[in-house]
Amino acid sequence: MERMQQVVGRARAAFNSGRCRSLEFRMQQLKALERMVQEKEKEILAAIKADLHKCGHNAYSHEILGVLGELALAMDKLPSWAAPQPVKKNLLTMRDEAYICLEPLGVVLIIGAWNYPFVLVMQPLIGAIAAGNAVVVKPSEISENTAQLVADLLPQYLDRDLYPVVTGGVPETTALLTQRFDHILYTGNSTVGKIVMAAAAKHLTPVTLELGGKSPCYIDKDCDLAVACRRITWGKYMNCGQTCIAPDYILCDPSIQSRVVENIKATLQEFYGEDVKSSPDYERIVNKRHFQRILSLLEGQKIAHGGETDEASCFIAPTILTDVSPESKVMEEEIFGPVLPILTVKSVDEAIDFINRREKPLALYVFSNNKQLIKRVISETSSGGVTGNDVIMHFFLSTLPFGGVGNSGMGAYHGKHSFETFSHRRSCLIKDLKMEGTNKLRYPPSSQKKVDWAKFFLLKRFNKGQVGLAILALLGILAAVVIKVSFG
Amino acid sequence: NPYAGLVGRLRAAWLLGKTRPMEYRVAQLEALGRFLDEKKQEILEATALDMGKPSFEAEYTEILLCKNELHETLNNLSQWTKDKHVNKNLVTRLDSAFIRKDPYGVVLIIAPWNYPIYLFLVPLIGAIAAGNCVIGKPSEMTKNTERLIAEVLPSYLDKDCFAVVTAGVPETTRLLENKFDYIFFTGTPSVGRVVMTAAAKHLTPVTLELGGKNPCYVSDVCDVQNVARRVAWGRFYNAGQTCIAPDYVLCSLEMQEKLLSALHQVITEFYGPNPQESPDFGRIVGDKQFHRIRALLCSGRVAIGGQTDEKERYIAPTVLVDVQLSDPIMQEEIFGPILSIVTVANVEEAIDFINSRERPLVVYAFSSNSEEVNQVLEQTSSGGFCGNDTLMHATLGSLPFGGIGRTSGLGMYHGKFTFDTFTHHRGCLHRSMGLEALNALRYPPYSQQKLGIVRTASQVKRKGTCTLL
Repeated sequence: MERMQQVVGRARAAFNSGRCRSLEFRMQQLKALERMVQEKEKEILAAIKADLHKCGHNAYSHEILGVLGELALAMDKLPSWAAPQPVKKNLLTMRDEAYICLEPLGVVLIIGAWNYPFVLVMQPLIGAIAAGNAVVVKPSEISENTAQLVADLLPQYLDRDLYPVVTGGVPETTALLTQRFDHILYTGNSTVGKIVMAAAAKHLTPVTLELGGKSPCYIDKDCDLAVACRRITWGKYMNCGQTCIAPDYILCDPSIQSRVVENIKATLQEFYGEDVKSSPDYERIVNKRHFQRILSLLEGQKIAHGGETDEASCFIAPTILTDVSPESKVMEEEIFGPVLPILTVKSVDEAIDFINRREKPLALYVFSNNKQLIKRVISETSSGGVTGNDVIMHFFLSTLPFGGVGNSGMGAYHGKHSFETFSHRRSCLIKDLKMEGTNKLRYPPSSQKKVDWAKFFLLKRFNKGQVGLAILALLGILAAVVIKVSFG
Repeated sequence: NPYAGLVGRLRAAWLLGKTRPMEYRVAQLEALGRFLDEKKQEILEATALDMGKPSFEAEYTEILLCKNELHETLNNLSQWTKDKHVNKNLVTRLDSAFIRKDPYGVVLIIAPWNYPIYLFLVPLIGAIAAGNCVIGKPSEMTKNTERLIAEVLPSYLDKDCFAVVTAGVPETTRLLENKFDYIFFTGTPSVGRVVMTAAAKHLTPVTLELGGKNPCYVSDVCDVQNVARRVAWGRFYNAGQTCIAPDYVLCSLEMQEKLLSALHQVITEFYGPNPQESPDFGRIVGDKQFHRIRALLCSGRVAIGGQTDEKERYIAPTVLVDVQLSDPIMQEEIFGPILSIVTVANVEEAIDFINSRERPLVVYAFSSNSEEVNQVLEQTSSGGFCGNDTLMHATLGSLPFGGIGRTSGLGMYHGKFTFDTFTHHRGCLHRSMGLEALNALRYPPYSQQKLGIVRTASQVKRKGTCTLL
């Protein structure tokens, strides 16, 4: 507890010193982060490999590429993101300065997750630094190699007081959460999400919660099944299914179920060869606890493909389940593993109804050649985000806000959205100390005349034509003169 | 759970999609406009009865400002609800990428008593505009307005999708046990904590509009008459019961003297020689609040005013000087017609003073020297900032209105920001089934060659970096 107080206290003192407010300082830190990722690429890939059995190519595409992209974007856009934004004024404020200032929040806390241990700590960190905050980073202890690496590397490249790394498990995180932060971004599951928010409530700290859920994947009869299944296979089995936006389960018509299975099987062969276990491109389950958890989901299920496991190496083969019942265990919680249940529905209406009766997911997928059907599924459901005719990809477009809704979370980030998440939008109105004229309208003693003038100035029934505005301005000046004369 | 039935009923209406079509939302909003027009007299009477609200003030804030928000929303709603298309990268160049504006579902609005119609309707306008079903809980402190909202307002709106709950503290606690898809709360920080803790159990996002002590720096270089008028107006409006009222003034000893005589003059200008007789000066909302504020009068020295009348819950427009940091009046938000003056040597001391305290809802700075105003702005942090005036930043709908930190709150609203508050911004990527060959790069089995192409294709290059090397 005391250690946490010290760490956070030092970060707060460092923030209060004001040194992270200048854009030059922030750029400098972001540049240093970029150097870190470039210079230590080998070490980062090695740590991820040790934690998740992830091959270098996969780790690079999933974790390093995205981080470099976000860094380049942030450094390029920082001046424009941080610039004050002038706003539209009304008649009363026409001569004033009115704008929104983007200001840092203070000391923010980022709690990472184990499944993409590097990017899930780095991507929020980039936004938090860009926005001018001090940041306490708490990587997940389950991906212990990456956590240790982050703890070793960040102090070598960044300001040590402003961006401390705290390692540890549940007790350390609990102690950390008793401290006061100005924003908390947590990536993980809904159960812990509630604990984080409850702790934040004590200090009225705003939170961004990137949680999970069961992301449904609806396959329409009218679609190119080979293509759809290849894309789904890619998204489902990457990182051995341990992806918050992996397609969790499939909904399709019973008449195409067996073809779906065949297509996925064929793709798996293409991707990982005959013997998946010996493919260097297939990952492992992160630890024994999750291995056991996923194994138990297979009980009593009809295994159409896969099902092989090896506890010693935490290996679970890519698995497909068919004719799954909605009440079974595998449909109760987020699978977060390489097990793909297929449930049959007779129509898109049934699919929409099925999805809406459950908690709002982080992602929603729909495959169809029929654009109208895709539009309909999107508009009649709710989810954090959507990709139509593919999976995962909306995550990689940083102009789209990435986040959940309902049980899958609150708030969003990526790209500019990260910057805004970690900023306070402070409204600023600067008036002239002279020009008291129009103010007389609002001061007591009141009169009907004053009320009528107030209505004239305030009620915005006008259209926003340029000509109209010029006339309004003239009327406004005329009115000001008249008021000055009549109310003296 | 006494409210489970009500919440369940609204959720069923929500699932039917009743509140989503544009025509429906516009019809509900126009009905709100009719409520404000047809029930104007009732609103003025109710607020007068509840807290002696002067009719000018009631007309300005409870009616005019609400109509302003309504018109801005109706004028722009079709723009706001449109899918927002976003810039794409190389990989998604041929796709459709946009942000959808989805309603949350069933939302809860809890309103306070100080501007009982305005602070109930403005969030409501945004919630309806965004396509949600709404349960609204007006304040039980202002009984006549509560009755008006609970009995008259529902008849203007669709009762399937909109409900008013009257509740005191214990009932509100039960109400908060239900799952809502968004909670919008205006009130005190301590209740804000209760609301957010209850929301955490259901992972419900919240906006909390709270309070704090808003500092008001007055420079030696200024037009004292104008400053006194603007500060007095902001402080004594609604008998001081305004979350963004200037709570205390920071100025030099010399300025204090000038300000006092100017304030004296201005108060007489506004309310006459005996403000208790002025129809333009309000009253304290309840006995408990009256006693709380009256007890604060023992702080420092009364320079202007100080008279009270318990029967009427009247506290005169008052200015206190020689106020110490340890005085009761500096420990809590005043929320009454008392302006305290704390003397500082210069603007740097004022800034340090402000920064040593919790971040307020607004910081005010008065100076003829615009650099000095900017200095206060840049070196402090607060929900909002207003230079050379009070309250006015809240009337411009294009400025976000909200707090920061432990006492002033989180989230923001007004104008489009209210619509955005009650909207889930859903990132959508709609790809084509064709061009599968392009995807080959991302599929296993991986190779160094694939990685090389992926690296090059995905890079976001820094502008101006030389690639000749």
